[in-house]
Amino acid sequence: MTPLLQVENVAKFYGARIGCTDVSFNLYPGEVMGVVGESGSGKSTLLNCLAGHLVPDRGAVRFDTRAEGLRDTITMSEPERRMLGRTDWAFVHQHARDGLRMNVSAGGNVGERLMAVNARHYGKIRASAIDWLGRVEITEDWIDDRPTAFSGGMQQRLQIARNLVTGPRLVFMDEPTGGLDVSVQARLLDLLRGLVREIGLSAIIVTHDLAVVRLLADRLMVMKDGHVIEAGLTDQVLDDPQHAYTQLLVSSVLQV
Amino acid sequence: MSDYNFAYLDEQTKRMIRRAILKGLAIPGYQVPFASREMPMPYGWGTGGVQVSAAVLTPDDTFKVIDQGADDTTNAVSIRRFFQKTAGVAVTEATAEASVIQTRHRIPEQDLRSDQILVYQVPIPEPLRFLEPSEVETRKMHGLEEYGLMHVKLYEDISQHGDIATAYAYPVKVEGRYMMDPSPIPKFDNPKLEMAGIQLFGAGREQRIYALPPYTKVVSLDFEDYPFQPTKADHACDLCGSEVSYLDELIVDDQGGRMFMCSDTDYCATRRRQGHVGTQGLPHKEDAA
Repeated sequence: MTPLLQVENVAKFYGARIGCTDVSFNLYPGEVMGVVGESGSGKSTLLNCLAGHLVPDRGAVRFDTRAEGLRDTITMSEPERRMLGRTDWAFVHQHARDGLRMNVSAGGNVGERLMAVNARHYGKIRASAIDWLGRVEITEDWIDDRPTAFSGGMQQRLQIARNLVTGPRLVFMDEPTGGLDVSVQARLLDLLRGLVREIGLSAIIVTHDLAVVRLLADRLMVMKDGHVIEAGLTDQVLDDPQHAYTQLLVSSVLQV
Repeated sequence: MSDYNFAYLDEQTKRMIRRAILKGLAIPGYQVPFASREMPMPYGWGTGGVQVSAAVLTPDDTFKVIDQGADDTTNAVSIRRFFQKTAGVAVTEATAEASVIQTRHRIPEQDLRSDQILVYQVPIPEPLRFLEPSEVETRKMHGLEEYGLMHVKLYEDISQHGDIATAYAYPVKVEGRYMMDPSPIPKFDNPKLEMAGIQLFGAGREQRIYALPPYTKVVSLDFEDYPFQPTKADHACDLCGSEVSYLDELIVDDQGGRMFMCSDTDYCATRRRQGHVGTQGLPHKEDAA
């Protein structure tokens, strides 16, 4: 089976400091990979390298493109990479404001990716926008409101709808539940889990919240100081942590 | 006259501007950066258009300036006088007699010929600016032909107003390649952008020049189910009776009285001289003005 994403020895340095180094893994279609670790452990650097926002100093990131099979996204041309970024890839930011156009209505936000791939029929664009808003539990009467009028949880759900409307195959998520209160987090996770299962999405989720990966991720990577220190099936890593740092991480979760 | 170089700008500056114009003509719709000079007028008054006019004027030219269609507004009169003084060129109000026409917000009603040049004053040359504030990003979008965002603006129009409400500076795609802001002309004028004359666009503050060679293909953006429609006030000119020209609406009293008249003053005056009279117009008399 061809992996959807093949990551080989990716490394990124900020001057003499390590962003992340020696990261290798394969992500197969339909699989959700969690990346956990404390702040500054290189999770976001890794995600940005994979999504083409940062150029890694070493290594290869190969994506299984529809037309030509595995291609290295680091060496492919910028137009091709940006095209992937708005068709087969999606990126959910931690802060919805970074991923949304705040001065454009919800419908326009969802429709933007469709129009970027040459949808030119207003009625059809609007119909898909309504459909996708519904799937993320935003009712149709919000379609012409701007995201500024939305609550934090709604903004995050809108960002997810906007990203999934073109039917991407790989979603990068950077702390998708960060900054949301726990009940909203629970609903969002429930929604994400439903969408991932329903559409068969592959995803890479970066988070420091172990509950998020427990619910969503099939596999888990634990990072510390730019290195992957432990990797495996989610329940295996969380229930039987081997590395001292993972043990610390798991035991630090507050029990209510 | 001898106090100035011909047409105010020094010859090196004019060469620089002409190079930008030639590059603009070679790549229709592409915004060519140029080193815009300080002009003796404030930004927003047509410093870009004036520099382009200065670079293309020759002593044999006949110069016309229109502002919102009119030859007799402050902006038009002062720019016309400026070149009368600094270039000593002949000036005219008649569209047909002019060889260089500098304009703000309108294209003349009368079709231009291949020996005429139309110079536009442009406030904001970047059509994507209000959606994407970063210049780095908009340049990349032009370079990679990523124009989906422009349709987001039209989408917002329809969702808020039920129709494409953008009435001026209506975005166009040039020769199937570059997205271009046609300057704040009414969308009524967009179909006229495919014309026989050369069209040059100068943005002084933003330091950009772009151009349309004769008969360049210019397509106004739209949706399949909301096609582009050039619109004008549904009325005839009250002075000359024209039903096809673009109209200004004028409030004439505080009783709700109003009249419509051609925004192109030369077109209206010519028609009245030919004997056309609108519902509120008086028959033409020589030296009536």
